[in-house]
Amino acid sequence: MTDSKYFTTTKKGEIFELKAELNSDKKEKKKEAVKKVIASMTVGKDVSALFPDVVNCMQTDNLELKKLVYLYLMNYAKSQPDMAIMAVNTFVKDCEDPNPLIRALAVRTMGCIRVDKITEYLCEPLRKCLKDEDPYVRKTAAVCVAKLHDINAQLVEDQGFLDTLKDLISDSNPMVVANAVAALSEIAESHPSSNLLDLNPQSINKLLTALNECTEWGQIFILDCLANYTPKDDREAQSICERVTPRLSHANSAVVLSAVKVLMKFMEMLSKDLDYYGTLLKKLAPPLVTLLSAEPELQYVALRNINLIVQKRPEILKHEMKVFFVKYNDPIYVKLEKLDIMIRLASQANIAQVLAELKEYATEVDVDFVRKAVRAIGRCAIKVEQSAERCVSTLLDLIQTKVNYVVQEAIVVIKDIFRKYPNKYESVIATLCENLDSLDEPEARAAMIWIVGEYAERIDNADELLESFLEGFHDESTQVQLQLLTAIVKLFLKKPTETQELVQQVLSLATQDSDNPDLRDRGYIYWRLLSTDPVAAKEVVLAEKPLISEETDLIEPTLLDELICYIGTLASVYHKPPSAFVEGGRGVVHKSLPPRTASSESTESPETAPAGAPPGEQLDVIPTQGDLLGDLLNLDLGPPVSGPPLATSSVQMGAVDLLGSGLDSLIGASNFVSPPAAAVPANLGAPMGSGLSDLFDLTSGVGTLSGSYVAPKAVWLPAMKAKGLEISGTFTRQVGSISMDLQLTNKALQVMTDFAIQFNRNSFGLAPAAPLQVHAPLSPNQTVEISLPLNTVGSVMKMEPLNNLQVAVKNNIDVFYFSTLYPLHILFVEDGKMDRQMFLATWKDIPNENEAQFQIRDCPLNAEAVSSRLQSSNIFTIAKRNVEGQDMLYQSLKLTNGIWVLAELRIQPGNPSFMVLQLSLKCRAPEVSQHVYQAYETILKN
Amino acid sequence: MIGGLFIYNHKGEVLISRVYRDDIGRNAVDAFRVNVIHARQQVRSPVTNIARTSFFHVKRSNIWLAAVTKQNVNAAMVFEFLYKMCDVMAAYFGKISEENIKNNFVLIYELLDEILDFGYPQNSETGALKTFITQQGIKSQHQTKEEQSQITSQVTGQIGWRREGIKYRRNELFLDVLESVNLLMSPQGEGPLVMKRDGGQGRILVLTQLLLFICPSPGQVLSAHVSGRVVMKSYLSGMPECKFGMNDKIVIEKQGKGTADETSKSGKQSIAIDDCTFHQCVRLSKFDSERSISFIPPDGEFELMRYRTTKDIILPFRVIPLVREVGRTKLEVKVVIKSNFKPSLLAQKIEVRIPTPLNTSGVQVICMKGKAKYKASENAIVWKIKRMAGMKESQISAEIELLPTNDKKKWARPPISMNFEVPFAPSGLKVRYLKVFEPKLNYSDHDVIKWVRYIGRSGIYETRC
Repeated sequence: MTDSKYFTTTKKGEIFELKAELNSDKKEKKKEAVKKVIASMTVGKDVSALFPDVVNCMQTDNLELKKLVYLYLMNYAKSQPDMAIMAVNTFVKDCEDPNPLIRALAVRTMGCIRVDKITEYLCEPLRKCLKDEDPYVRKTAAVCVAKLHDINAQLVEDQGFLDTLKDLISDSNPMVVANAVAALSEIAESHPSSNLLDLNPQSINKLLTALNECTEWGQIFILDCLANYTPKDDREAQSICERVTPRLSHANSAVVLSAVKVLMKFMEMLSKDLDYYGTLLKKLAPPLVTLLSAEPELQYVALRNINLIVQKRPEILKHEMKVFFVKYNDPIYVKLEKLDIMIRLASQANIAQVLAELKEYATEVDVDFVRKAVRAIGRCAIKVEQSAERCVSTLLDLIQTKVNYVVQEAIVVIKDIFRKYPNKYESVIATLCENLDSLDEPEARAAMIWIVGEYAERIDNADELLESFLEGFHDESTQVQLQLLTAIVKLFLKKPTETQELVQQVLSLATQDSDNPDLRDRGYIYWRLLSTDPVAAKEVVLAEKPLISEETDLIEPTLLDELICYIGTLASVYHKPPSAFVEGGRGVVHKSLPPRTASSESTESPETAPAGAPPGEQLDVIPTQGDLLGDLLNLDLGPPVSGPPLATSSVQMGAVDLLGSGLDSLIGASNFVSPPAAAVPANLGAPMGSGLSDLFDLTSGVGTLSGSYVAPKAVWLPAMKAKGLEISGTFTRQVGSISMDLQLTNKALQVMTDFAIQFNRNSFGLAPAAPLQVHAPLSPNQTVEISLPLNTVGSVMKMEPLNNLQVAVKNNIDVFYFSTLYPLHILFVEDGKMDRQMFLATWKDIPNENEAQFQIRDCPLNAEAVSSRLQSSNIFTIAKRNVEGQDMLYQSLKLTNGIWVLAELRIQPGNPSFMVLQLSLKCRAPEVSQHVYQAYETILKN
Repeated sequence: MIGGLFIYNHKGEVLISRVYRDDIGRNAVDAFRVNVIHARQQVRSPVTNIARTSFFHVKRSNIWLAAVTKQNVNAAMVFEFLYKMCDVMAAYFGKISEENIKNNFVLIYELLDEILDFGYPQNSETGALKTFITQQGIKSQHQTKEEQSQITSQVTGQIGWRREGIKYRRNELFLDVLESVNLLMSPQGEGPLVMKRDGGQGRILVLTQLLLFICPSPGQVLSAHVSGRVVMKSYLSGMPECKFGMNDKIVIEKQGKGTADETSKSGKQSIAIDDCTFHQCVRLSKFDSERSISFIPPDGEFELMRYRTTKDIILPFRVIPLVREVGRTKLEVKVVIKSNFKPSLLAQKIEVRIPTPLNTSGVQVICMKGKAKYKASENAIVWKIKRMAGMKESQISAEIELLPTNDKKKWARPPISMNFEVPFAPSGLKVRYLKVFEPKLNYSDHDVIKWVRYIGRSGIYETRC
């Protein structure tokens, strides 16, 4: 008898017929009818109308029929909740059946029926089944708890099922243990804070024992759960690793990958000097290679993971290059992944082989693959310097093939090679130029134009080449247009005599005829730059470019570390954290690698405690003018410029127009003869002499004990660099407002007027809250003190270091750039006192690896003094404890952007001259810790 | 965990649909059909994300199996499960085809209910499943209590793959060492011609000269490895404890320390195994500590181990190709194959596949041995030889006429591939012993009849030209 006939009933009135058959007396006929119903259900027909008739068939001693009815129930119970109640009795009865298979079936099915009324009845049978004498029933009941939790989490907690489930971890049967672990892990994911799994050395030991005995799937559940555990020290980590390594020989690839995950994670804790560390590294390579002989789909999963592993620990697979060679019959998704890994493994030792392979691939059929292979050759050149020459000649060979997409791809990568090795391979430019006409992809065209512009002095007919592109300027993509604009400006600066017409043409195309704001802005900037000061323009446009880095597509280290914790899972396949593709709160707990904690090492010199940055380092921060200008050019210039600029001699254009009127409207104090006083914050905005500001300090001090610590003014811009203008300054914070106190000195021989100031984007969005006001012109040798109010609503861009601020100051002579570091405590807000409970919860909530330890030496203060001094700078003491003669202060502070920083300050009394304060900082954004520590130090030491 | 499992035919019609999780709706069934099965472009990944729902798929002939989830599941596990699902279905009703699936849909639902609970894979060993999921659903009603508890303890037990109380009149076991040898050779180097005089008759000399003309220095081995499997068929009574031994270098060297004599005898024949994986019946911790392979086997056929070797591989054949482009419309191809094993052994089912360009208009082939044919539909010349002894060589030459084309792109020249079967293990692996102990029953290791067979097959055996 075949069942396929059930798929063919499509005639009308079938529901009616089925109804009759379902109510038939004959068992066989009934069963046939139920099968037909299931078949219709499968293909997507609505057979819910038959609900009562099907449920009537439930009372049967035929197990096959029973299972079919259950299948129907699982599908339709939700749409017919009232009728589903009819089934409850049978379920409850079946849970008492002497046959364990039937008991398990009943409890398994009941958990799948998502009807509130039914779940109430489920509790009692489930409780019995969790303690059933038969392991088959217990393992089914364990999963059922997870099902019930999905429907009604509160009910599961109230009924105490979680405790029963925890007990099952100690069950004698390995499969029950495995299912309990799976269920608990899933429930724990939706309660990230609860310590549901409560992993401790004892329970870990139980899991490791069960690991040896349970099914392959159970081993996966247990290994995935183990990966969430953080061993207390390196010894425990090693002993777990030793017991997990045998799993690397399992036939099931998922078991192997999950074991790799545990090992990769726990390895973080092992010292690299350990013999065992080396052994482990050696043991990891063969199983990873073996995964490549699995079926293609699994190979794909394995390769995506190997890609992560190779980035994290390149030493594991560095000798295994050959296994990643592409086979002709590999599916395309395997080929592309292998290629990626080949490039990552390429080194001087194996580059010859790799290149030979890549050249082979470049002749294959699949376009994507060929492109990637060509690009890979370029990446090899950039990565392995010794091979660059061979790579370039290989690329030239490929260009000779004249296969369109190969040529284009090759040109794109050759551009990068030029950026990496300047003045070395420019001889190939002639060959590249021959292929100009065949380029039809924007990226390739842009690359080619860049090359022509960059090396215009070596290409005789550069102007002709660029001119040919100019004809269809408006049909080009933005990428090409921008590149063409820059290239022609470069050409003009190099060969000004012949190309004046060309540059005029492109500038007017870009500024007048284009709708694209980026293009227009760039056009205007070039235009003004060229017309104001061609020498400066040359310095800017033809500035030497920094070399490009070797690896361009590495995964960001923090993401990589997180993904390592997800080896084997979808996250590792997508190379995205789960939060990027999982809906809701489920499974989006952020995971991270455990920090290294050696058992033998004492913790007195934590690696994270750096000495205060030496003053010399700060100088490095200040970028060269060229870079800075580049950054400032990226500033949003505000409202679009109205009207085309004057192209004629613009020496008289005046400094006001220097950066365009858009900028002026932002900063434009210079246009107002006398700004209305009301627009300026009353307490700070007005210019005042130093005496006056001292007075002011006193008055404000009454309000807030004593104001925030103010560092003495330092010279930010020496007169040498700014045509006679010297700027020194400092930052202050008073009553919730930040200001920049500047002292401008004119050391030149001419009068300075028209001052204006602008900040580049910075980490905390600091921006001037009012224009820079210098009322009278600054005559030679005169000094003026100005307090510039700041706010933190400017645009934000992360800077390196974090507290770097780049400033442009303009006067009638020129624009000057400097950069300075602001102390972080000017950003500590007044409402930074955290509630005590909140503090405790937050402290626990922030992962330990975000904690940073610092030492503050030579600070002879007691706890009270420290506390009050910090309080005046908005670092609030929440609690104080005395532990074993040491004072512990718990403190909190909040930054203007809402980031909380929690601190624990330990003060060891004793000889005042050797007094050391231990500072532990916890923050969700650990990168601020270093700067907060510096703020502590400045506040406490002055 | 897995939220649902669907099976489709080649047209994208659903044959089986089982949903385990509430977050997977009926629209997921359609989403996969529209975006993957009916997709215009070739599938670029076995994992597809459509509207925050991830689909894992595998294809068996023209049947699609798809697992669906909205969570961050263990991806490797999902694929392993899908393969296992195919194995289980094949064990129940043979080939996975639309007809078989339709004929057994009730059974498949029953299996899916058993081996996947709330998306968590459960025991999926066919040996265990067949004890209680049968195609006649009535059987379970007549079981005694003992039988029932035996089933459940087997399904959940430590030895979930074997039931107690198996009896055979004749205790017998078969071991097959199946290897596939993989090779990738680089194209011919342009080295000097090596002239080798063969003092034969005139006619042969002409041929040999021709042959030498086309044989410059041979290509290099780019990569070669053997992936092997040891498949065991056991028909043993009771719960026998087995121990398997082979000429693993590490084991031999360890033993050799005691008796230097043995090292010299067998040490040379031992092989270095790069890596191996075992069936879940093998005690992995014991292998890890002592490198001994001990287990209680499932009843019937199973794959005991898989292994991979890369050192000292015997490459049974060498392929020496030469392709010459004569003008734009003609190609001359000569291929020599040389067998490289004991003359007393015979290789079988030899097939050499020489790819031809897409614009081939005609082919003339001459071969010394076997039969060769140009297959236009496969764009290849297929040369078949039934049998060939060791240390021999044979040759084929072909002239390929091409249609002139405007296509600028050069012909990609896919590699020449080869298929064969040889009666030895190219890795050099030898079974040293398989000991059987069953303390409870009265049969000893000597009473068990054991058969060992070695088969070496070509895996991907390619030579670039």
